[in-house]
Amino acid sequence: MTPTYYLLLSALLFTIGVVGVLVRRNAIVVFMCIELMLNAVNLTLVTFARINGELDGQVMAFFVMVVAAAEVVVGLAIIMAIFKSRRSASVDDTNLLKY
Amino acid sequence: MDLAQGGPATALGVPSIDVAAVLPLLIVFTAGAVGVLLEAVLPRNQRWPAQVALSLTSVVGAGVALAVYVTGDFESTTTFRAEEASSGALAVDTPALFLWGTLLVLGLLALLLIADRSVEPGGAFVSKAALRGGAAGGTDTLTKEQTFTGMQTEVFPLTLFALGGMMTFCAANDLLTMFIALEVLSLPLYLMCGLARRRRLISQEAAVKYFLLGAFASAFFLYGLGLLYGYAGSVKLADIAVAAQGTDRSDTLLFAGLGLLAIGLLFKGSVGPFHTWTPDVYQGAPTPVTAFMAACTKVAAFGGLLRVLTVSFESTSWEWRSVLSVVAVVSMAIGAILGLTQRDVKRMIAYSSIAHAGFLVVGAMALTEDGLSATLFYLLAYGFTTLAAFGVVSLVRDSSGEATDLSAWAGLAKRSPLVAATFTVLLLALAGIPLTSGFVGKFAVFEAALSDGMAPLVVIALVASAIAAFYYLRVVVLMYFSEPAPDGPAVTVPGVFTTTAIAVGTIATLVLGIVPTFALDWASAGGFVF
Repeated sequence: MTPTYYLLLSALLFTIGVVGVLVRRNAIVVFMCIELMLNAVNLTLVTFARINGELDGQVMAFFVMVVAAAEVVVGLAIIMAIFKSRRSASVDDTNLLKY
Repeated sequence: MDLAQGGPATALGVPSIDVAAVLPLLIVFTAGAVGVLLEAVLPRNQRWPAQVALSLTSVVGAGVALAVYVTGDFESTTTFRAEEASSGALAVDTPALFLWGTLLVLGLLALLLIADRSVEPGGAFVSKAALRGGAAGGTDTLTKEQTFTGMQTEVFPLTLFALGGMMTFCAANDLLTMFIALEVLSLPLYLMCGLARRRRLISQEAAVKYFLLGAFASAFFLYGLGLLYGYAGSVKLADIAVAAQGTDRSDTLLFAGLGLLAIGLLFKGSVGPFHTWTPDVYQGAPTPVTAFMAACTKVAAFGGLLRVLTVSFESTSWEWRSVLSVVAVVSMAIGAILGLTQRDVKRMIAYSSIAHAGFLVVGAMALTEDGLSATLFYLLAYGFTTLAAFGVVSLVRDSSGEATDLSAWAGLAKRSPLVAATFTVLLLALAGIPLTSGFVGKFAVFEAALSDGMAPLVVIALVASAIAAFYYLRVVVLMYFSEPAPDGPAVTVPGVFTTTAIAVGTIATLVLGIVPTFALDWASAGGFVF
């Protein structure tokens, strides 16, 4: 099995993440889709590391995981704060600022 | 940063670090970490003075360290090398030093605005970030907890971390460092947006929007990094440049990677079609934070963009330049035309920043020495002007907080001539009228673009700045030639912090407009090393 399939799989996962961000309405789910995008990139990095026969890509995947974890902390804090004031995590309800 | 040079563990040595070169960075990050500790150990009433003293001293100290390094016998270098032959993770070269200086000065002024407690009793930041918003629409009556004059002092370490991230971002010599720096600068900013004392709901809304869109954009940046890693076998900017000169590799990976990477960078610079977060976040965030974001984030984002385009993608510039030209035109058009319809002064400056981002892209595309120095100068000039402008915005207040609706600004010159005059100077600078820094910046950028064969783009840019000048001048006319409303806003007399920030910003705007040569010389002192 050639590594190319993994690249295609990761492109597919990334696309699912993008579509999810664009169509889902719950801030938590949108955020999960962003995490999916980050993890799809991890798969790309690891696959390219395998193709190139070196470790750089795998090490980078660890960096990405740490960043993703930090992003979860900040993101959930913000979503919790707005959930407390509105009793809703829907991105359609955050509509005071426009035009 | 060569964590594993292709195999055996023997390649892992102790990285050599040029401490003198990165001292400013270390000072800012250390102060941020110490600030977090202070937050934990000090009693509430001592936190504000301690945090203000710590953050101001550290930024000044970083500036002194930078000045000592620059005036000493410095040589552009890359640092954090794992071995002598390879380039390091940070490139401390002349543009990076110029951008560091810019960021430190602007960051210091922004910290002064953030620390001010005279304009809003207790400061612009709520004492507990999770406090609920008031009535819908955000024009709220303050709850008892919100009027409590304690202040969220965590904003100071957050600012320092963001500033450190921005400085790393401008100097990053490989894409992974750049990605980490992007997150280090973004995550604190997301939080800072949600801390406004008044209008809690729109502040929190701004934080959510900025966070979701920002994380979305950095995922694109990261995928671009992944594809370029596949293309070049390395994420070092120099290695990508070498790989891009060979033609036996997949162009798909190169251009898809560059495109995705550019989306992430342009998003942070609030350029063109990736601008949608800008007006909402600028309006919803507390005004001092908006000032910090508008000035410093733009400097960092364009510093990164300049480095990536110049170092990695110069050899392929014929392929991407047309695409980026379209982006620049879209950005200028959106900023200039949608800015005309705005009724809120913060949103208006946000659209102005989108138009300016378009001008900056024009400068960044001219991959010449002139283009580089012009863009760097433009960033410096624009940073001072926009920071002072948001400082002035925070002064005009009515009972519900800042009166940002333009109608409230009618006849301001009759009530407060000094504030109106200052704001006029700043608006003229944003419009690019001669004798202000905006004119010199625009002139330098357009000249560089013209000499690099982008005449059509320069014509469009001139038209866009003419359109944009209309809405700046409209505010000037409104302030000077309208009757003030009887129940109009009052102009708060600012304390020493805000006064200093506005005065320095305005004076710098004028000085850079009248005698710009010294700053242009600094900006053109040298190119990127890698």
